[in-house]
Amino acid sequence: MSASAGSLPRYILQRILLVIPMMWILMTLVFLLMRVAPGDPISAALGGKLNPQALAQARHRAGLDKPLIVQYWDYLYAVLHLNFGTTFTDNQPVLDVVRDNGGATASLVLAAFIIALVIGIPLGLLAGRLRDTVPDVLVRLFAIITYAAPIFFLGLLVQIYIAPRLGLPTGGDASPETLFVVPQRTHILLIDAFLSGDRQAIGDVLEHIALPALTLGISICGIFIRLVRVNILQTIQSDYVEAAQARGIARRKVMRNHAFRNALVPVITVIGLQVALLLSGAILTETTFNWPGLGLKLFKYISGRDYGAVQGIVTLFALVVVVASMLIDIINALIDPRVRF
Amino acid sequence: MRRVLSALVSPFSQTRGVARWMLVVGAAITAVFVIFAFFAPWIAPYGFAQFQDSGGRFPKLGHPDNAHWFGTTDLETDVLSRVIWGARTALEVVSLAVLASLLIGLVLGIVSGYVGGWVDRILVLIMDSLYAFPSFLLAIVCAFLFTNIIGTNIWFLTSGVVAASLSLTVIYIPQYFRVVRNTTLSAKQATYVEAARALGASGGTVMRRYLFGNVIQSVPVIATLNAADAILTLAGLGFLGIGIQPDQAAEWGYDLQRSLDDAGVGVWWTSLYPGLAIVLLVTGLTLVGEGLNETINPILRRRRLLPVVLPPREKSSSAPARRASPELEADS
Repeated sequence: MSASAGSLPRYILQRILLVIPMMWILMTLVFLLMRVAPGDPISAALGGKLNPQALAQARHRAGLDKPLIVQYWDYLYAVLHLNFGTTFTDNQPVLDVVRDNGGATASLVLAAFIIALVIGIPLGLLAGRLRDTVPDVLVRLFAIITYAAPIFFLGLLVQIYIAPRLGLPTGGDASPETLFVVPQRTHILLIDAFLSGDRQAIGDVLEHIALPALTLGISICGIFIRLVRVNILQTIQSDYVEAAQARGIARRKVMRNHAFRNALVPVITVIGLQVALLLSGAILTETTFNWPGLGLKLFKYISGRDYGAVQGIVTLFALVVVVASMLIDIINALIDPRVRF
Repeated sequence: MRRVLSALVSPFSQTRGVARWMLVVGAAITAVFVIFAFFAPWIAPYGFAQFQDSGGRFPKLGHPDNAHWFGTTDLETDVLSRVIWGARTALEVVSLAVLASLLIGLVLGIVSGYVGGWVDRILVLIMDSLYAFPSFLLAIVCAFLFTNIIGTNIWFLTSGVVAASLSLTVIYIPQYFRVVRNTTLSAKQATYVEAARALGASGGTVMRRYLFGNVIQSVPVIATLNAADAILTLAGLGFLGIGIQPDQAAEWGYDLQRSLDDAGVGVWWTSLYPGLAIVLLVTGLTLVGEGLNETINPILRRRRLLPVVLPPREKSSSAPARRASPELEADS
C-alpha cells in the first residue's frame, strides 16, 4: 500500500492504521482455524479426565456453548482489552504463561541474534568483496550448509560432539541451585542473575545459554551472510563506487568508506524482519535443548490439544509480529526516503 | 507448454563459472534423492517399518554391519531403509505443497495485479498478514488442525502426507503471490499488453497469453528455494511429532526426534544418517535455487560472454554481419 502523497507523517499514520486490518485478518484466521477442527476443544483437552457434567461446566466457562458469531465477537473484544484467554489444561491466564516463559525465549533469541551477526556480517563482507574466488565459494557453501542443517540436527551434533568436550550443560536454563539462589524480579533469569550479583549464578546462567544460542545463531547466520553479500555486490556496481575508484581512491578505502557503509544500511532494516524467523527457530531450539521458553510451552500445549492456550499464544505472537513489522517499516521510512513514495 | 519449458531451461544455458557449477552439483544431489524416492521399494533393502526378515528379528540399536549398513534403530528397523523411504515421503509432500502453492499463488497474483482495485487491496492485505507471521508456527498450527480433519487416505497418499503438504501450501502461497503480483504490475504497463488490450483482447486472454509468460520466469528460483525450505519445515514438523504418523511413512524429522535419547548413550548412527539426508537434499535444492538466482536476477547476473563470430571475408559484401546481443554486458 503506497501512499499517494509522500509526506512522512502521513506515511507513518497510514502504516499505524494498517495494523488494525492486519491484526483483524490474522485473528479471524486463528479463530476459524481453531473452530474447523472436529470435536470441541474442551473434550479434546480434558476428555477422559472429567465427568460429563464438569465438561459441560468447563465448556460454559470458556464460552463454547454460545453461537459461533458470539464467540467470535467475544474473542475480538477480549483481545482488544489485551485479554488473551486462559489455558484449558492448567487454567492459567495466557498472559501469565507468556510472562513466565517469554523471558527465556527473549534472552535465547537475543543471544542467538548477536552470535549470528558476529559470524554473518564479516563473512558476508568478505564473500561480497572477493566474489567468485575460493573464499567466496567457501563462505557461500558454509552459509548454505548451515541453512540446510535442521536446527535440531545441529543441536544434536552440538550435544554429542561439543558439549562433552567443553563440559557445557545441554538442558534447561540454569541448574537447580541457581534457580534457588536467584530471587525472581523480572521473570528474565539472565537479568535476575545479574541483579543478584552472585558470580556463580551469572556464570551458571551464561553456561546454560551458550549452546542453545550457538545452535540457533549458527543456523540463522547464513541468511545474514547472504544478505550482506548481495548488498555488497549491488553497492560495488553502483555509480558512486565507480566514481570513487575513477578518482583514484585506493580500492581498500573505497570499500571501507563507500561500499561497506552503504551496503549495511538496508541490511539493518531487513535483519529486523528476521524476528519471525527467529521465533520459528526458537521453537525447535527450545525443544531440542529443553529450554523453558515460550516455544517449548507452546509445543506442550499443542501436544496436549489445549486449543485455548494455542489460540491465546498464537494471537499474542501475531500481535508481536504485526507491531514489529510496523516499527521496522517506520524506521525504514525514516532512514530511506524512497520507501515513502 | 513449450514456452513454459523453454523459460524453465533457458537460464541454464546462460550460466557460467560458479553459478553453473552450483547448478550442476545441486541438480546431481537432487537427482539422487529423486531416484531414491521413485525406486525406494527396489533400492531399500527392507521396508521402512520392517523389523524382521527370514533370518529373525533385527537387532535393537544394532551397530552398522554387513546386514544393516547404517545400523538399526531402537524400534529394530533398518536405518538405511528408513533414509531411502524418507526420500519418498519428502518428495511426495514437497512436490504436492510446491505445486499447490505455486498454482494458487500464481493465479491469485496475476488476477490481483491485473484487476487491481479493492480485490488487489484485500488480497495484498491477507497475504502480507500471512507472510509476516512466523511461518513455522503457522505450519505447526495448520498441521495440527489438518491432521485432525483429514482422517482418511486420499488416492495413494496417506492422510499425514496430505495434511503436511496442505500446511506447507498455506505458508508458501504468499511468496508466489507477492512476486507474481509485482511482476504482473510492471508487465501490465508494457506497450505490448496495451496493444493487446487495444486490439480487444479480453482480460482472461491478456493474463493467459501475455502476462503468464512474463511472470513464469521468476517462479523457478522461488520454487526450488521453497522446496528446500519445505523439506526443513516438514522435518521440523516430524521432529515435533505433528503431521505424518510414524506408521504411515518414514520421515527423517521423526527419526531424528526418536534418536534424541540414543545420542546420550553413544549411538550416533540413528541420528547422523537421517540428519545428513536432510542436509544433503536441502543443500542440493538450495544450490539449484541460488545458481538459478545468479543467472535470472539481473542484479546478480553475469552472463557468459558469447564469442562474436565474424562472417568470412570473401562473402562479406552480401552476408549481413551477425550482431552481438544487446544484452551482453561487459565483465567488469
